[in-house]
Amino acid sequence: MSFRRSRRWRSAALLIGALAGLCACSRPHDDGQTLTLWAMGREGEVVAQLMPAFERAHPGIHVEVQQLPWKVAHQKLLTAFAGNTTPDVAQLGNTWIAELDALHALEPLQPYVAHSRVVQPADYFPGIWATNVIDGTLYGVPWYVDTRLLFYRRDLLHAAGFDAPPRDWAEWSRQMATLQVHDGGGRYAILLPTNEFEQLLSLALQQDEPLLRDGGRYGNFESAGFKRALAFYVGMFQQHQAPLVANTEVSNPWTEFGRGVYAFYLSGAWNIGEFRRRLPAAQQGDWATAPLPGPHGTGTGIAGGSSLVIFRASPHKAQAWLLIEYLSQPQVQQQFYELLGDMPPRRASWQGKALRDDPAAQAFREQLERVKPTPAVPEWERIVTEMQLVAARAAHGEVTVDQAAAEIDRRTDAILEKRRWMLDHHRGNR
Amino acid sequence: MSARRTAWWFLSPALLVLGLFFVLPVIAALALSLTDYDLYALADIRNLRFVALQNYWDLLHRPLFWSALGNTFYFVAVGVPLSIGASLASALLLNSPLARIKPFFRTALFAPVVTTVVAVAVIWRYLFNTKYGLVNYGLAELGIHPIDWLDDPHWAMPTIIAFAVWKNFGYNMIIILAGLQAIPADLYEAARIDGASAPRQFWHITLPMLKPTMLMVAILTVAGYFQLFAEPYVMTEGGPLQSTISVLYLMYEDGFKWWNLGVASAVAFLLFVIIFVVTMLLLKLARRGEQVDGASP
Amino acid sequence: MNTRLAKVLVNGLLCGAALVALLPLLWMLSVSFMAPGEASSLPPPLLPAHATLANYRELFAHAGMGRYLLNSLLVSSAITALSLACNLMAGYAFAKLRFAGRERLFQALIGALVIPAQVAMLPLFLLLKYIGLVNSYAGVIVPGMATIFGIYLVRQYARGIPDELLEAARIDGAGEWRIFTLIVLPLLKPIIVTLAIFSFLAAWNDFMWPLIVLTGQEHYTLPIALASLAREHAQDSELMMAGSVVTVMPVLLLFLSLQRYYLEGLLLGSVKG
Repeated sequence: MSFRRSRRWRSAALLIGALAGLCACSRPHDDGQTLTLWAMGREGEVVAQLMPAFERAHPGIHVEVQQLPWKVAHQKLLTAFAGNTTPDVAQLGNTWIAELDALHALEPLQPYVAHSRVVQPADYFPGIWATNVIDGTLYGVPWYVDTRLLFYRRDLLHAAGFDAPPRDWAEWSRQMATLQVHDGGGRYAILLPTNEFEQLLSLALQQDEPLLRDGGRYGNFESAGFKRALAFYVGMFQQHQAPLVANTEVSNPWTEFGRGVYAFYLSGAWNIGEFRRRLPAAQQGDWATAPLPGPHGTGTGIAGGSSLVIFRASPHKAQAWLLIEYLSQPQVQQQFYELLGDMPPRRASWQGKALRDDPAAQAFREQLERVKPTPAVPEWERIVTEMQLVAARAAHGEVTVDQAAAEIDRRTDAILEKRRWMLDHHRGNR
Repeated sequence: MSARRTAWWFLSPALLVLGLFFVLPVIAALALSLTDYDLYALADIRNLRFVALQNYWDLLHRPLFWSALGNTFYFVAVGVPLSIGASLASALLLNSPLARIKPFFRTALFAPVVTTVVAVAVIWRYLFNTKYGLVNYGLAELGIHPIDWLDDPHWAMPTIIAFAVWKNFGYNMIIILAGLQAIPADLYEAARIDGASAPRQFWHITLPMLKPTMLMVAILTVAGYFQLFAEPYVMTEGGPLQSTISVLYLMYEDGFKWWNLGVASAVAFLLFVIIFVVTMLLLKLARRGEQVDGASP
Repeated sequence: MNTRLAKVLVNGLLCGAALVALLPLLWMLSVSFMAPGEASSLPPPLLPAHATLANYRELFAHAGMGRYLLNSLLVSSAITALSLACNLMAGYAFAKLRFAGRERLFQALIGALVIPAQVAMLPLFLLLKYIGLVNSYAGVIVPGMATIFGIYLVRQYARGIPDELLEAARIDGAGEWRIFTLIVLPLLKPIIVTLAIFSFLAAWNDFMWPLIVLTGQEHYTLPIALASLAREHAQDSELMMAGSVVTVMPVLLLFLSLQRYYLEGLLLGSVKG
């Protein structure tokens, strides 16, 4: 009897032991010295090249870089949070900060910054810095910046009788109308792919009215300001200054821009490199960049880009902060720019030769002083997607500007329903 | 020690695993589908609300759910008959006394079944590549214009169906083959003496005798095909224009991409109900057919 | 004359079908030995101009294929061993041990087969999150440690064991565990082999659950790694084909060497739905 029992127990113990072993080997070995850094796409590849220098400066800290493809990065981050497997440090698109903060996943960084000699908030472009502050608390340090501005064909503008890029909407409209009369027939004044939200969003951010109202409880898309931006946007399609195409149908915007199919192109910093690479040398003098025209004089742009954050669950926060400080040093940021073309978020880093002497980059420098963050609500990604879906219908002439604005508000209010409920029910939590 | 106690000892590991990791989650899924469990609730359970049937109601008003359902039905309605047809045809060929080197053919036809879906889906993606794929090259030799197999919303699902048929027909082939071999030879003998032709023998002996096998095969295949996921995940990522999003793919995206676990659980339960109803309908249909058969001779 | 024509027709059709079934696999093998970029040319080459192992070297040296291969082996072996233990004990109990409610419990299990496994996945993820098993080997293994299908298979087979044999042993004073290990298990050997292949193949080929529960690439099994590679390296067909070979070959060889057991199990499992 006792023999049998012990055998049975032994088999049960074996099973449990096997399971325990499996659990044990699943835990990462914790020597207190290995930092995990998640970075996206090309940034992930390039940042790994900067790590040996960091490890030399901080012997005993080893950095493991995991590269996430942009396509799945958002999902991977949420999954990591859901499964309690977040890294120590991560690159985060700055519109995602609010989302991860709402999950209490991020470590507040104010205490670290207060004692830092490297990270100087005043040196950063204010609009970019602001994207990292949610409800008065700092959660990220800007790593690189991006904004949308005008790429224009200097020669085409000149041929149409304009010697300088537009400074305000009225001048911009005049130039586009002239260009359109000038050309016609398969040529357009501007390219605004109907499935990209950044163009309309840039125009909308130039208005005085905020895009959400009542502390992010409701959409504010029926405001006079947004309607003005939407009408201006839709007008470019209705006057055939912009073609009604999605970017999936534009196979190669660079060569088309080079062939003069478009005189204006509203895009981001990475295209400086693309145009330099893809257009023939003879054409390099024909294009330039300019800050975005605003309704009354030079306007603002989107405060885009990525930040570095520390996750609340990280057991190595002090070391993680050392890594962020390292990546925030002006000379490291200049190196990063030279490797990749990502523009640094602080003025000190723009003192480097490569950036200071680059005329195409200078327009960005100017624009970056005037960038505005998007509303810091976790639902923003979904809201802005819906905004563009409706705006595209307006551009196609299926709905009027007023109807479109009302529809965007309706969808936004539905998306924000849970947020309203949470704000109203346990204000004390946050 | 009583026999009863012994029995429970033997049962307990399996029942514990199944209870904890299957039965409990299924019950929890039902409960979850009645809530708005999302990322906020994951962060703080106080952000959870009971919403009764709201998730189901919203799903029924969501165009994407209907198109996912439509795509899945398309896959099942076309894929299952084609699969079983291919299985039956190959089983008949293998069962023919004229066939040579049967073990080789049986193994060859069965090989795709044991392969890994993801790996062979990757192969098919290249075979059906518009520009360099072997398939379009072969068609061009026949004078047919290249087809945008996986990038054309009209062709993507047929391509996935062709893949599923290729991958799965061997499984049912083995079962049907066993069914064929179980048919008593003297039935055919008698028919031959009566002068019945081969097609008549097939129609009046083979098919009726195979009926229970075919019914079982059909039910298993239908239930399996409703769970379409890996094929579109690897071959098309649900595109083009969401033409290959299946119900399960929708559940995966809602649940594990956006973490709307309440909504995703509702999707999963609707899928379960649909599979259940369709299976029951098949069974009922078969039973009615049986009664008619029983009355006829 | 007519028979000869029929013979040609039957065997011709079989040859055609076998070609369709095998061609993609042979093509995979061939392309995996091609130089990078070679397959993307016109006309599409069927055989490599100069066979090379470069793709395999790249996979194992830079893409971490060795790690994924080991992960797959570990996870599949663990699931096979643990599920064999659970299913054999339970299946034997359902077949040969008498207890109240045996038939009803078994019917309930069979009834539960209609519930798609995916229904359980969402709460299962939450459950494993609270136990701390997300992104671990155990997260993949634990839910697969017992299967209704396996229990059913064992029960069907074990019912063939004569009761007298067990009774005789009991009269001789052997304990239940002894009877199980010394008398029952040897008799169940064929079904053990069958079930082992089934479990191993199913675990090896499983996709959706590992995709969900493995969040970091260090634990990826081959199918997950391959799917993620396919999204990143879509244009490198030669590399992807080598990855497919590494993924498919182990199970294909396992099947070929133990085919008889596998097909028997398939039939046994489908006798009654």
